[in-house]
Amino acid sequence: MTFRIDKLGVVIAALLAYGAFLAPFANFRANRIVPGEARGILEALPAGLGAALLGFAVIAIVVVVLKTPTVFRLLLGLAALLALAILVGLSAGHLTPPENTYARVSPASGFWLLSFAFALLTADALARLRLSPLARVALLAAVAAAAAGLLVSGAWDGLSILKEYGSRADSFWLEAGRHVVLALGSLVAATLVGLPLGILCHRVEALRAGVLNVLNIIQTIPSIALFGLLIAPLGWIAVHVPGAAALGIRGIGAAPAFIALFLYSLLPVVANTVVGLAGVPRDANDAARGIGMTDGQRLFRVELPLAFPVILTGIRIVLVQNIGLATIAALIGGGGFGVFVFQGIGQTAMDLVLLGAVPTVALAFAAAIVLDAATELSNRKPGRAA
Amino acid sequence: MIEIDSITKRYGETAVVDSVSMTIAPHTITVIVGTSGSGKTTLMRMINRLVEPTSGTILIDGADNRSIPGYELRRRIGYAIQGHGLFPHRTVAENIATVPTLLGWEKSRIAAKVKELLSLFQLDPAAFGPRYPHELSGGQQQRVGVARALAAEPNILLMDEPFGALDPVIRAKAQDDLLAIQKHFGTTIVLVTHDMEEAFHLADRIAVMDKGRIVQYAAPEEMLVNPATDFVETLIGAGERPFRLLSIGAVADAAEAGEAEGEPIAAASSQRDALSALLWSGREALPVVGADGARLGRVTLAGLARRAARPQ
Ligand SMILES: Nc1ncnc2c1ncn2[C@@H]1O[C@H](COP(=O)(O)OP(=O)(O)O)[C@@H](O)[C@H]1O
Ligand SMILES: [Mg+2]
Repeated sequence: MTFRIDKLGVVIAALLAYGAFLAPFANFRANRIVPGEARGILEALPAGLGAALLGFAVIAIVVVVLKTPTVFRLLLGLAALLALAILVGLSAGHLTPPENTYARVSPASGFWLLSFAFALLTADALARLRLSPLARVALLAAVAAAAAGLLVSGAWDGLSILKEYGSRADSFWLEAGRHVVLALGSLVAATLVGLPLGILCHRVEALRAGVLNVLNIIQTIPSIALFGLLIAPLGWIAVHVPGAAALGIRGIGAAPAFIALFLYSLLPVVANTVVGLAGVPRDANDAARGIGMTDGQRLFRVELPLAFPVILTGIRIVLVQNIGLATIAALIGGGGFGVFVFQGIGQTAMDLVLLGAVPTVALAFAAAIVLDAATELSNRKPGRAA
Repeated sequence: MIEIDSITKRYGETAVVDSVSMTIAPHTITVIVGTSGSGKTTLMRMINRLVEPTSGTILIDGADNRSIPGYELRRRIGYAIQGHGLFPHRTVAENIATVPTLLGWEKSRIAAKVKELLSLFQLDPAAFGPRYPHELSGGQQQRVGVARALAAEPNILLMDEPFGALDPVIRAKAQDDLLAIQKHFGTTIVLVTHDMEEAFHLADRIAVMDKGRIVQYAAPEEMLVNPATDFVETLIGAGERPFRLLSIGAVADAAEAGEAEGEPIAAASSQRDALSALLWSGREALPVVGADGARLGRVTLAGLARRAARPQ
């Protein structure tokens, strides 16, 4: 029997070796703003567990370097990620002195490197397995359920980020709601406007270049500048249009944030609609007209169904982009996870920044997976088996 | 009956179709031939108003084709194009059902029609109905395209180079199928092609187009014997004329009284096929049999040679 080397596995092994033996596993701070002290695996974990983790890392290094069965690599990756998640929670309890509520423990570079390496292993195995879209969504749901389980069980309660959460649980969920409403609401609005606009641009060639150029220019305006540009007109509307202020339209706050996200979202939706419609086979369009479809029937029965996967790709871009961009709404009092990020920056409290950043990244990641799966499902011609 | 009266289509200054008049008899196959860009497609698309004429009128069974909305007109006229134009996101059955669905037929009637047409085109309904177009061969896609055009039982079928994308063997089969279908439904067919072989094989009447005008509109024999212009003569191909003449006639018409040895020839096949069989077998004569196998006499080399000669 010969042993063959897996190329990506060598990279992962190097990350694992560095993360396990050289980098610190956790950071300990006497309170939330002082600089931290690094702790290696053996110090950060209760006796026995640290040694076990190091042993596990050594075995993992051997397994990933050699060409091992893909399913086995996947299971190893998932198991390792779960173990790391649990261990980092344990390290918090281990490092925090009893009865001390000021001390903070957060994951350090070694933990992140190990997690990244095992995530890479998992992602690589998943890509090689070519899981069906539904299986990918199911896996995402399982991971989300596991994370939720750890959160609810209190296994992570000792970690600094959850201590930040603990002191502002109410506002966390309020801002989470605002974040989702901003991101999804502006997406819905952009779809409602962008889809007809894209169809119009497709039908009326004279409009196409102009509209796409304007939307392109809007994309290049930095968000802060766009907020600035919106303050004056929205402020004017708030004062002069009856009822506008009552609706929450003001120069600052959620309204300009919503409008900015909406404007940024238009280009991907319109451009993808135009590209999708342009990609509909000429013959299919000609035949649709030739056998007696009206323009409306042709649009809804032939053009839009055939362009749908491309349009969905545009919507995916917008959703992921909006979930990230909604963070900056906090700059002008629009709410969302950005509130924690900017407060954290102001107080030089990294844990608070993470309280805003981690859920944002997780949401964007989940949205990308779900919409990728939807795009793939809509792209796949059914009935291929026959 | 389709009556085209001084129809003209201009794009800018150029008349793509220039004051064309022709009458197409019901239950016949009319083939429009001509070089590429001569205006064949434009002329045909004015019949179902995919193209609106600049001037002139077209009457279909006596009624101006502008008396109803274009889409309603087109639901009554079958339309099949090169490369089939099937909807890639719909199954074969759904594709064929398109026009009947637009017309609001009952589900059971649509299903029965789809089944009938698939069987007629020698595609097993159970196997092919649920498939998607990309799962069919080129020839099968083309047949489904014609089946879709015929689904609402139109009196008129317009076909724009329908067999252009098929290889020669499949094309010959598709042409014979079309002849059989035309007999079956009695459809009036207008077919555009640039393939003269195809034109002579299918046509009751041929219209030759050149630079937007009809230079000759006649039965194939007439066109062979009396080409109206040098252009028509070139298009037919001077060297091909005797063989085209034979390819129009059926063996039944060339049968003489008498006996002959050898492999019999079907009365329905073309005189050209008979000539080919005679030359290949090295015989002077071969027996002719009817569809029922009964002897109808014989066909001779000398007889065919007389028929292939320029009529005096
Ligand atoms: N929509 C159009 N606009 C401008 N010119 C056109 C249009 N459609 C066809 N033509 C021109 O009309 C001429 C005849 O076209 P067509 O009827 O398609 O010819 P054919 O089918 O005989 O090849 C060509 O020169 C073509 O370029
Ligand atoms: Mg043409």
